[in-house]
Amino acid sequence: MNNSNKISGAEAVIRCLLEEGVDLIYGYPGGAIMPIYDELYKFQDQLIHILTRHEQGATHAAQGYSRVSGKVGVVTATSGPGATNLVTGIADAQIDSTPMVCITGQVASHLLGSDAFQETDIIGISTPVTKWNCQITKAADIPEVLAKAFYIAKSGRPGPVLVDITKDAQFELMEFKYKKCKSIRSYKPVPNYSIREIKKASELINSAKKPFIVWGQGVILGNAENEFKNFIEKTGIPAAWTILGLSGLPTDHPLNVGMVGMHGNYGPNVLTNECDLLLAIGMRFDDRVTGNLDHYAKQAKIIHFEIDPAELNKNVEVDVAILGDVKQTIPELTKLVDKKTHPKWIKKFHSFYKKEYEKVIKDDLNPSKKGLTMGEVIKEINQASKGDAIIVTDVGQHQMVACRYAKFNKSKSNVTSGGLGTMGFALPAAIGAKMGAPSREVVAVIGDGGYQMTIQELGTIFQTGCAVKIVVLNNEFLGMVRQWQQMFFDKRYASTEMINPDFITIAKGYNIDAKKVTKREELKSSIKKMINSKKPYFLEVKVEKEANVFPMIPSGASVSEVRLE
Amino acid sequence: MNDKINTYTLSIYTENNIGLLNRISAIFLKRHINIESLTTSQSEIDNIFRFVIVVSVLESKIKRIIKQIEKQIEVIAAFYHTDKETIFLETALYKVKSKSLFDEKHIQKIIKDSQANIVTVSPNYFVIEKTGWREETEKLYVSLEPYGLLQFVRSGRISVSKKPMNISNILGLNTEK
Repeated sequence: MNNSNKISGAEAVIRCLLEEGVDLIYGYPGGAIMPIYDELYKFQDQLIHILTRHEQGATHAAQGYSRVSGKVGVVTATSGPGATNLVTGIADAQIDSTPMVCITGQVASHLLGSDAFQETDIIGISTPVTKWNCQITKAADIPEVLAKAFYIAKSGRPGPVLVDITKDAQFELMEFKYKKCKSIRSYKPVPNYSIREIKKASELINSAKKPFIVWGQGVILGNAENEFKNFIEKTGIPAAWTILGLSGLPTDHPLNVGMVGMHGNYGPNVLTNECDLLLAIGMRFDDRVTGNLDHYAKQAKIIHFEIDPAELNKNVEVDVAILGDVKQTIPELTKLVDKKTHPKWIKKFHSFYKKEYEKVIKDDLNPSKKGLTMGEVIKEINQASKGDAIIVTDVGQHQMVACRYAKFNKSKSNVTSGGLGTMGFALPAAIGAKMGAPSREVVAVIGDGGYQMTIQELGTIFQTGCAVKIVVLNNEFLGMVRQWQQMFFDKRYASTEMINPDFITIAKGYNIDAKKVTKREELKSSIKKMINSKKPYFLEVKVEKEANVFPMIPSGASVSEVRLE
Repeated sequence: MNDKINTYTLSIYTENNIGLLNRISAIFLKRHINIESLTTSQSEIDNIFRFVIVVSVLESKIKRIIKQIEKQIEVIAAFYHTDKETIFLETALYKVKSKSLFDEKHIQKIIKDSQANIVTVSPNYFVIEKTGWREETEKLYVSLEPYGLLQFVRSGRISVSKKPMNISNILGLNTEK
């Protein structure tokens, strides 16, 4: 038999990645994926592998990379614990629609089901949290399955896929031929849109007196930021964002009226229940956005722009459904709508903003009290970065504050764990974001709790020199849970107080420049110094211990019951 | 709205793929819904498989579940029907001691009246098969129980819809050619 034209399954995996234009992957080696790592060694001039310090870190890094670059994030890990450690990141990518391809090694096919060393049923485990997954036991199947994996991950509503490859399939020889996947007969990634529905929508828009837009990540994933901007500028409709829609429209845009949801802005929440027409664009009516569904925009006609048919009428019954890709549907609609302005209606948002400013924002951004606030830290970051930075946030109070106050000039600049709310997301995601957008400033804003969930990724920063800027807002509490304990559990602070280590010493152990700020006078200059640094930098800011995030929609309440205090 | 709990028969046409059963059952598991019966088989089209699943849920819920099922990559199409909209059957097997067949004259009448078939007779036992609605197989169960059932088993529901489901059309639309 002539094997001269044949390559190993492991080499085929690398060649597939190169065919898909992948030049950077994240991962962690181990027994069952060693043949692939051996090929990575040979191909290191074409394909960079970033060794994270934990497989979860690899998934979040791949997510950060994808969210800022629009490319598919790729992760490799070994079988057993390597594979199970991916699960949190996969679930996060699934709920936040992030395209990701995870490749796991698996025990040799003759050992499947024998409880072999480092064997887990990762296909079974990952099924509910992947868009698609597949196990390969023959080298010959590798090109077709990986081509399918990339196509599924990035098409339609993106998501994570997992391909599990047994070790014998990695060793086996095969003839390599690669054909990109362009369609799958049982899968329709982008549903056809209906001109009739778009016409109906245009009629509702043209006759609406108080129309209101809530946009989500669909606008960003669809690369439809310009189409969206043209649409709102023509119709003059005030627009608010969900947490994942943030940065899809510049913060300073006159029609950008802020954030909706549990800790969103006062006006957009209250006026959701006052508008006569609600346009939901690339968002999915998450419960953190809608509050109590029985009292959500009941007075309004609702138009929903959505690529995923399963999202239609899932949480909110809509009057007009515009299925399809917003990149195509928004321009069609823009053609049919009248040029308009809504000065009186927009004034309402401004007057609600004034109330919110007096009650909340003023003290957040320009506090008169001694303790430092999270808000003033974000304000200083805005000033130092001029709104051009990518802001990566973790989960909790700091996340809400950062999303509320961070300034964005460009899209794909806000990276956060929205749907799953994964603490520990930010540090590795920031590494991925910096590598996905190397010319941009990347600032990770993290709480002292979440920081310690993936703190080992400082090792990745140390090894790669990846110049991320890390700001830990330290209140020595798991702040969001503590806030709920204060408000709803009579201040019984069960396991939310944290006795923290010396973060500066830890950063220095990784050779990362570090500074601690405890006084307001030091804040501005320290943030400036951090932003100006060309190297990774760690800044710890001691903030007020028991501050609360407002406005807030208590769970079970309606959006219009949003509280300012 | 009169949103009430109904029994629905789901017909799911799929590519044959390892793990798809897991993916579909996970959709019910996630929503804490009990699968009352599940059958998979070849469908009317070559290499296309068909799942028939019976669940009792609210109508508002079944609509969302169907969309979640259709969202799975290897699912070609999914439908839900009420009992009125389908023709459906189950098959039950009853294993009884042969002695009863000869000693108890009555048992032969039961078999005849219920239009059941005797599948096999051996010196020790005989096996009766009954295909029909749940009430019919249950009635036979109740009748035979006093004579000592050695074994009893009932299949999942199989069903065909009264209205066409047009799978070939759907496939035709989705193929490149």
